[in-house]
Amino acid sequence: MDKIFEKPESIRDKETHYCPGCGHGIVHRVICEVVDDLGIREKLIGIAPVGCAVIAYDYWDFDVTEAAHGRVPAVATGIKRSLPDRIVFGYQGDGDLGAIGTAEIIHAANRGENITIIFVNNTVYGMTGGQMAPTTLIKQKTATTPSGREQKTHGFPLKVCELLSVLPGVAYAERVSVHNPQNVLKAKKAIKKAFENQIKGLGFSIVEVLSPCPTYLGLSSKDAVKWVGEELVKEYPLGVFR
Amino acid sequence: MAKKVLMCGNEALAEAAIIAGCRFYAGYPITPQNEIPAYMSKRMLEAGGVFLQSESELAAINMVFGSSLTGARAMTSSSSPGISLKQEGISYLAACELPAVIVNIMRGGPGLGNIAPSQSDYFQAVKGGGHGDYHQIVIAPASVQEMADLTMLSFDLADKYRMPVMILGDGILGQMMEPVEFSLQPSAFSLQPKDWILDGCKGRKPRVIKSLILNETELENFNLKLQKRYREIKDKEQRCEVLYGEDSEIMLVAYGTTSRVARSVVEKLRKIGKKIGIIRPITLWPFPERTFKKLEKSVKSFLVVEMSCGQMIEDVKLAIDCAKPVHFYGRTGGKIPDEDEIIKELDAISGFSDRRSDRG
Repeated sequence: MDKIFEKPESIRDKETHYCPGCGHGIVHRVICEVVDDLGIREKLIGIAPVGCAVIAYDYWDFDVTEAAHGRVPAVATGIKRSLPDRIVFGYQGDGDLGAIGTAEIIHAANRGENITIIFVNNTVYGMTGGQMAPTTLIKQKTATTPSGREQKTHGFPLKVCELLSVLPGVAYAERVSVHNPQNVLKAKKAIKKAFENQIKGLGFSIVEVLSPCPTYLGLSSKDAVKWVGEELVKEYPLGVFR
Repeated sequence: MAKKVLMCGNEALAEAAIIAGCRFYAGYPITPQNEIPAYMSKRMLEAGGVFLQSESELAAINMVFGSSLTGARAMTSSSSPGISLKQEGISYLAACELPAVIVNIMRGGPGLGNIAPSQSDYFQAVKGGGHGDYHQIVIAPASVQEMADLTMLSFDLADKYRMPVMILGDGILGQMMEPVEFSLQPSAFSLQPKDWILDGCKGRKPRVIKSLILNETELENFNLKLQKRYREIKDKEQRCEVLYGEDSEIMLVAYGTTSRVARSVVEKLRKIGKKIGIIRPITLWPFPERTFKKLEKSVKSFLVVEMSCGQMIEDVKLAIDCAKPVHFYGRTGGKIPDEDEIIKELDAISGFSDRRSDRG
């Protein structure tokens, strides 16, 4: 019988530390499938962020480093400029990319750095206990917005793909979601394109992945994916922005 | 012998970095170190390396982090306020055991201060600066020639011990011009292969370069490993210059620009038979404690001269366990101690120069 489904070579055979229903495990796996498909594992350098995905190197079976909070695009720049023939990607969460690292992501994008960024937007700071993220929705309750995010106090949800889409250095910006199998397949296609762009030398590519965080949404795993598919996509429409 | 050329300290430092094999530079504009990025923006490209003007000091030090982990010799430079911004990144470099050279051409502080020369970042440089129990090697040149020679040494030390090295200059050393010759060659050490870098896992097991160590025992053990290395460096890398160590009753202690003024004082007073000398630390960390210990018995007192309100003086006192009086004279805000002021201070300590009556 033909084997039609197996563990990607690039992912370690290890149970993750992620909460049940978390989207990070899916995104990790999709990246590894793409890495295998493109045959780039041995020329790849990944960068883990500060946040829930900080120990991604426990799951990825290729060279990985870990950047200070928000500095993934700067570290990626240093690596890629020093080793232009290697493939360099950064993995960032919404606090890492959209708050403390806003300057780094905008300028790496604007320089047209030939790197790939996978941006996981789950609307909260997971690792530190579910505080408001730059991408938290208006009225969404978090550890630091107990009555819900108010625009008057905390501003608006930050739309990263829209923001970056106006920069000429950006080769590709797409927002995808992993709330159901159909969308996971679309996410894989987008992530693959983001890596292919780098291989072709086209410049900066970013894929924003909407992802469930049941723990800090206060929802069951089932309701969390439903919320992503029904509510989150209204604020963050899926599609190609550049 | 190499030809002597007239250059400012910042440019001599940049050229020496290129000769040392530095092939990655990232920096952000700030006075008085702007000649370094300007020189690099042309020269680094000629050398086939990477020059990047970053969006911030944070980005620059993290670009250096990224380049260093690929095995490249990488450098950034800035001046005091910008160096404060780099402290997070320096802590991560230390934690990830990554070599890098960081240049601080100090200016007056605190805050935005001014662009005049200063030595008020001594504490930040030698005591840690960023978070956690770590050290960087701190090198203090005192001439344009040393801006070149000690830059090459800095790259070697960074690679040898896999840690950040800071070159601590000041606005005068960076801006003034002196003849300099580039006769040094990169050391054999710089040619050693680095077997810890990330360059893709072809033909080997994947590697991870990180600083997160959640397990308490593992993190303690890692810290103990760093401390062991720091002890080795303290043992092997103390450097200083001593003038008139044999018979001096009073020792001036000064580094960098201030040491040049202090040296003139020593030569002037020696001419009238005064038993005075100077200790000039070249490594500020490790502090040249051994030299102080050795001279402590014969020297009656020390006068530390700094362009600060008194920072290195603490290390002098520690080095001799406060066994002898340690006096201080400092100027700050961009003011530079002059010879007469230092001599006056010596008078106040011990009637040393016999010039008290001259001033009525």
